[in-house]
Amino acid sequence: MELRKTETYSVQQMILEKKSKKKINMEKVMPKLLFLMAAISVFTTIGIILTLIFETFIFFDRVSIVKFLTEAKWLPFASTPSYGIMPLVIGTLKITVIAAVVAVPIGLATAIFLSEYASEKTRRIIKPILEVLAGIPTIVYGFFALTFVTPVLRDLFPSLDMFNALSPGIVVGIMIMPMIASLSEDALVSVPKSIREGAYALGATKLETTIKVVLPAAISGIVASIVLALSRAIGETMIVSVAGGSTPNMSMDVTSSIQTMTAYIVQVSSGDAGYGTTIYYSIYAVGMTLFVFTLIMNLLAQFISRKFREEY
Amino acid sequence: MNMTLMRENESPANGFENVESVPFSEKVYETSNLNLWYGENHALKNINLDMHQNEVTAIIGPSGCGKSTYIKTLNRMIELVPDVKTTGQIKYRNRNILDQSYKVEDLRTQVGMVFQKPNPFPKSIYDNVVYGPRIHGIKNKKVLDEIVEKSLKGAAIWDEVKDRLHENAYGLSGGQQQRLCIARCLAIEPDVILMDEPTSALDPISTLKIEELVQELKKDFSIIIVTHNMQQAARISDRTAFFLNGEVIEYSDTNTIFSNPNDKRTEDYITGRFG
Repeated sequence: MELRKTETYSVQQMILEKKSKKKINMEKVMPKLLFLMAAISVFTTIGIILTLIFETFIFFDRVSIVKFLTEAKWLPFASTPSYGIMPLVIGTLKITVIAAVVAVPIGLATAIFLSEYASEKTRRIIKPILEVLAGIPTIVYGFFALTFVTPVLRDLFPSLDMFNALSPGIVVGIMIMPMIASLSEDALVSVPKSIREGAYALGATKLETTIKVVLPAAISGIVASIVLALSRAIGETMIVSVAGGSTPNMSMDVTSSIQTMTAYIVQVSSGDAGYGTTIYYSIYAVGMTLFVFTLIMNLLAQFISRKFREEY
Repeated sequence: MNMTLMRENESPANGFENVESVPFSEKVYETSNLNLWYGENHALKNINLDMHQNEVTAIIGPSGCGKSTYIKTLNRMIELVPDVKTTGQIKYRNRNILDQSYKVEDLRTQVGMVFQKPNPFPKSIYDNVVYGPRIHGIKNKKVLDEIVEKSLKGAAIWDEVKDRLHENAYGLSGGQQQRLCIARCLAIEPDVILMDEPTSALDPISTLKIEELVQELKKDFSIIIVTHNMQQAARISDRTAFFLNGEVIEYSDTNTIFSNPNDKRTEDYITGRFG
């Protein structure tokens, strides 16, 4: 090794010296530490689910699960209480559907615009604004719904109640819209340029390429983003508590006061239901129902993005 | 101190035209009865090859013949592929590297590698070169500066980058990036440099520069290069191994392989009848 003979020092020599000084074997310790950290989230999840299940069982000890699922009235505070979850579920679904009607078209259109049409300059303006929208605290959205959107809507539809499903539904839609926009945009951007070029080379217009080639290629990511966003709408609490009212009902009317599962939990936990009462345990049963809903949605999102993933 | 100075005293020893057969120098690698499977797929079959110090050993063969698999076995990068099984021996400086007690980091500190596509880190040129020395604990600024200059000179890229050492390496052209990767490899002064088709992603001029560089580098290092370009093997190597379907068909000095091959299959391949 001629190079080394002429050297005043040898890097390999230095490496050897440094290595002999190393004592603690980080390579062995670190993976264990990392595993421990990862385990924390697993144990937390297990802990929460176990608590939920345990307390839910106590509730079903007092109220039959069949009645819980089939009865059409949620009147826990009445003198003869009735615990039928359906009115709360319908309240939640009304909010979710309205939110979807608002968020999906706007979010998707925004995503397509940003990824296919917007100039770099426009993107640089719109994207941060979307991020700001996503970062607004939900309580602010709630008051925005109650003090701005509701009065505006009441000017348009005088029959609208002060507390209703429409206004918080729209605002929840505005809240989840950035999520759909940015996740869908990611899906669209990751469609390779070569696929677009293939369409252009056949004489397709920009719109034809976008609708018939890029969108189908990104569909799994887009659908997954929508499902995830709706799962957030289902779990949304503050907006519906503030602007949705607290009247559980089975009607499909969106102009009158409703109550969602989340709003009920807020009402009870901030109210005066004593520990150990049936009402106290009912929030766990409602929480469990909510958890099942969002779990199904999240699993669905994962399934969709795996099942329909295009390989490129 | 300086590689360029040193080299001027050397006679140019790149051609094989005057040499009937290359004399054997000390062995760096001795591979005996090496077999390798990817799951059920028998990718390397009973490989026996010796590689020598301060030589360029070329490995040629058609796609899928196992040449890349073999070179990745020489620094055990192959272990990054799941479900790989090996039998046999590869001795590096008389120690079997396939023995699991051989620490793979030690091996790779001695045996550097340059990949098919330039893969600089998304850092400055300077930080790219000192990455190796730094992870091995060398912190002295003066020493690092010297290593940077020496390595970049060694990789024949110093003059092009000396005024912008602290700019991001991604600003370099593909050929420059590849020479930077070679400099990064030189920085820890390895014994052997493995090159896995180092020019296949480069333009002809960058390729030429790398080829010239390899000729320079073999004075200080032993080089093993996989190439699918037969002319390249003929131009730069001292010995050539021809791989086909996971077997070594022929291994001898490059001159013999290209002018007077023993095996019909070697002849067919180098004359371009297949592959």
